[in-house]
Amino acid sequence: MPDTATTPRNITAAHEDPPAVRIALIATALLIMGVLIVVPLVNVFYQALAGGLRLYFENLLGDPDTLHSVKLTLIVAPAAVLANIVFGVAAAWAIARFKFPGRALLTAFIDLPFAVSPVVVGLFLVLIFGLQGFLGPWLRAHDIKVIFAIPGLIIATAFVTFPVVARELIPLMEAIGADEEIAAVSLGARGWQMFRRVTLPNIKWGLLYGIILCNARAMGEFGAVAVVSGRISGQTDTMPLRVEKLFQEYNMPGAFAVASVLASLAVVTLLVKSALEWKTRSDLAAAAREASEGGQA
Amino acid sequence: MTTDVNRRVLPGFALSLGYTMFYLSLLVLIPIFAGVVKASSLSFQNFWDAVSGDRAVAAYTLTVGASFVSAAIDIVIGVLVAWVLVRYQSPLKGIFDALVDLPFALPTAVAGLVYSDLYVENGWLGRFLVPLGIQGAYSRLGIVLVLTFIGFPFVVRTLQPVLENLETDIEEAAACLGANRWQTVTRVLLPAVWPATITAFALAFARALGEYGSVVFISGNMPYRTEIAPVLIVARLEEFAYGEATAIAVVLLVISLVTLFLINLLERWSKQSHA
Repeated sequence: MPDTATTPRNITAAHEDPPAVRIALIATALLIMGVLIVVPLVNVFYQALAGGLRLYFENLLGDPDTLHSVKLTLIVAPAAVLANIVFGVAAAWAIARFKFPGRALLTAFIDLPFAVSPVVVGLFLVLIFGLQGFLGPWLRAHDIKVIFAIPGLIIATAFVTFPVVARELIPLMEAIGADEEIAAVSLGARGWQMFRRVTLPNIKWGLLYGIILCNARAMGEFGAVAVVSGRISGQTDTMPLRVEKLFQEYNMPGAFAVASVLASLAVVTLLVKSALEWKTRSDLAAAAREASEGGQA
Repeated sequence: MTTDVNRRVLPGFALSLGYTMFYLSLLVLIPIFAGVVKASSLSFQNFWDAVSGDRAVAAYTLTVGASFVSAAIDIVIGVLVAWVLVRYQSPLKGIFDALVDLPFALPTAVAGLVYSDLYVENGWLGRFLVPLGIQGAYSRLGIVLVLTFIGFPFVVRTLQPVLENLETDIEEAAACLGANRWQTVTRVLLPAVWPATITAFALAFARALGEYGSVVFISGNMPYRTEIAPVLIVARLEEFAYGEATAIAVVLLVISLVTLFLINLLERWSKQSHA
């Protein structure tokens, strides 16, 4: 670029870093992402597969306690996620569509589980449902087990992942607005009809991402579940708890085999998120194109 | 206005709000209430002994200190990565942008397992660091490392939209008025992202305070040295010392709630300063 054209070049340079700074920044960012995220992610799969595929599947499928932990996680996580989906949709409908006293407070309360340490959650559940707990004598008299059993695992998981779906849906529904729903109701749609035909199609992608993220969190939950499970091998160990037990037994190939399954789940979650974001962007672009063509015609 | 119209027109207000309150109370508020009731059933002396013992104080100090340091590191590296993601185009950008969220999606136990494996003496990173005297595994540094990992996406995701919304006009204006690039960055850009930076710090700090899953793998959990508060709570529970465990838990809960409250204040404040 000729040096005489000073004004335009200076203006571009105004929001561009000098080349040396640019290279240094990009290199540092790559180093940070590499050490913090990429190397650990690669290491999980490398360590899991280091002994070959046969050993990997033997570690995963040959150990009855590990297999049981997979089954238990497949029971606990969907149950907790399902409960939080119903809550998330109800909360988003109430908060994004209506104005009422205490709305801001309710929104703050929904975030509360993010601020409570999972271990504290587990402890509080033991205080209610444990043998010495507030409901302990009653539960024992009726022969109901919550702590050291599946119900406790579900409750603990649901508590920790409580805000996830609601937090995805509330801003989305606020952004979409109520016009289409009001139109549907004015045209005579009944409540559930409006929900199935108008609301659900509008929020489906956000809801899907909320469910997938909630599921990833539920399957990976550790602290709260560790406290309420009692960590009985082959009975109350979920997959993350199994990882810790194998780690403590110095069975690193076994621990990494289970960890690699959980890490794959995380990778799938990120892929779905990227795909949904890409889809939303191309939908918006298509809508904008249509609008501008309509304007020209 | 429109919202009042909504309540007259749209169905399901009572049902959805009622169910929300019911589920929130049952699942979240009652357990927290139970914890507070249990803590208040302790005599003041018992409560005080539980929360002011040397081991408990060491655990709180480590929890708050490590969370603070890791949140500070997250701010530095998070601002840098957010800046590069927003300002520079590259074919790999999409992948890196998606990978920022990995700590959100990766189970904390996996993070703890792999970090401890990376930083031991023969690990991928430990083989370079341990000869230099840097012990990443089974040390306080290890706690800071995993907490930095856990808090990282909070900082990037808080700052990214703020940086995207910055108009390049103001940078051009600064340059036209004779500012050099360094002055533009320190006098124009940093003040604009300052409120979001504080919010991001608070979010990463709050997340780190309660973390247990990843730390338990890498810290070694030595009382007085590498034992964080949640680990101490579990240790007390395993001794069936429910009262002591609850007292320590309530103190941790209060620290977290105060942080959450401050985050809300900060967000309100930064919204006002933008308006």
